[in-house]
Amino acid sequence: MEYLIHLAILFAIYAILGISLNLVVGYAGLLSVTQSAFYGIGAYATAILLTGYGVNFFLSVILGMLVAGVVSFAIGLVLSKFNGDYYALVSFGFNIIVFSIFLNWQELTRGPLGIPGISRPLLEIGNWKLEISSNLHFLILASLFLILVYFISRFIVNSSFGRVLKAIREDEKAIQVFGYRTSLYKSIIFVIGAMMAAIAGSLFASYITFIDPSSFTLNESIFILAIIILGGLANLRGSILGALFLILLPEILRFVGFPDSIAAQMRQVVYGVILVLLMLYRPQGLVGEYKL
Amino acid sequence: MENQATKNYVKPIAVALRGLSKHFDGVRAVDDLSIAVEKGKITGIIGPNGSGKSTLINLLSGIIPSDGGVLIISGEKIKKIKPWEIAFYGITRIFQEVRLFNQMTVLDNILVVLTSRAPLKSLFEKHNQFYLNRAEELLKKTDLWEKRNELAINLSYGQRKLLEIARALANSMVDADPDIFLFDEPFAGLFPHMVKIVEEILRELKKHGKTVILIEHNMNLIRELCDYIFVMDSGKLLAEGEPDKVLAEKEVIEAYLGE
Repeated sequence: MEYLIHLAILFAIYAILGISLNLVVGYAGLLSVTQSAFYGIGAYATAILLTGYGVNFFLSVILGMLVAGVVSFAIGLVLSKFNGDYYALVSFGFNIIVFSIFLNWQELTRGPLGIPGISRPLLEIGNWKLEISSNLHFLILASLFLILVYFISRFIVNSSFGRVLKAIREDEKAIQVFGYRTSLYKSIIFVIGAMMAAIAGSLFASYITFIDPSSFTLNESIFILAIIILGGLANLRGSILGALFLILLPEILRFVGFPDSIAAQMRQVVYGVILVLLMLYRPQGLVGEYKL
Repeated sequence: MENQATKNYVKPIAVALRGLSKHFDGVRAVDDLSIAVEKGKITGIIGPNGSGKSTLINLLSGIIPSDGGVLIISGEKIKKIKPWEIAFYGITRIFQEVRLFNQMTVLDNILVVLTSRAPLKSLFEKHNQFYLNRAEELLKKTDLWEKRNELAINLSYGQRKLLEIARALANSMVDADPDIFLFDEPFAGLFPHMVKIVEEILRELKKHGKTVILIEHNMNLIRELCDYIFVMDSGKLLAEGEPDKVLAEKEVIEAYLGE
């Protein structure tokens, strides 16, 4: 049971990450591969604030979102000068830069040693206190955040703003001549996506209670991208499905009975093969509304 | 006090260009061009392929920057303009190569331009009945209402063209309705009944005092619709005037036949 709850918590965290990136890639058509940078910023904000300053978890979530918002605004300004493949490449670069900062700013992040001993969230209302220490309680908390992120995202994509985002994805020049300053829309959605990813980071840090830079590499960004491509671009439920699939897949493969010596590698291979097959036969993903 | 004489003889100008130029790798697509387009009229721009007509429309709509010259819209001089700024001067356009939002529905292609231009405001905006009615009216006019829930990419070529025209008409801003319509070959590839629809739309725009700039190859349509035409050749102005007169000129005929 604990094992299932553990998987469900990971699923909720990755579903948040998937939704946050889907807003940027699926709706606005910006092929960003830097989501783990903002995920990491959220995680480090919570880790540093909780261990070093005794700040409440929920306040650390908000502060983490603010830092991710500021950083993503700056990165977004540079990215808005690029399109298509170049956009993806430059976003790669930013992921690597942020990762290097996690790794090398040792006074702040303790570098490769990581930050241990991050506490679980403490809910305080007046004199009433509840430490969310059991995994079941943490699952409820993570699910609430997932629901919140889902509904905010749904609100955004169903608004007129969301419709303009899709038009930018389809033909940026064509929507510009109607008086839309597209760079603003692109910046705003990039910042919103980054702030949502920071929430996932805070949850991750507090759940695992230890973080180090290895959780926020370029690979992680590609994994998040795989979630939304598999689930389907421009469909929020698709991101949830994609997260469910990619979190459960390795676990299911545990039971296939590969010899222990090669099990881990075989899981990677199967995972890769499934992605390739999907791209060949169903490029729009499971429930996607848009193909890259 | 307004001078009665000037009022009678000076025509109101919607758009004017002074010495506008655009070069592509040494080719002069538009070469030191100066024209003035009268307000509330349908003005045709004709000329052989590659004479710079579409480049001119692209310059007018800010899609490409000019290399030199001045654009004057409603009396205001503009040196450089960004694509999104052109809409605030009341200009809207259709593209020669149809540019729809392909993976959006027909209805959404219209509704998308019926929203606030302020991003944060549009976040909290839902479409009210007024906008939906307007979209319905435009889609019915262009015979696309039945197709409203289909993706734009699934329409036939002619329907795509009509949808783009409907989108240009829908572009009504909260503070500035478009006054100047740039139509780059709106009739190309249309079936006869569709041509009628577009003709009707152009006449209606004129009736409402709007200015239309029309690029077209079909001289019968030019004769029927245009009040005034400019003939371009190699990025320069070859002739201008009322269609019947200009189309009878020897150089104009030569420019076309010599193509």
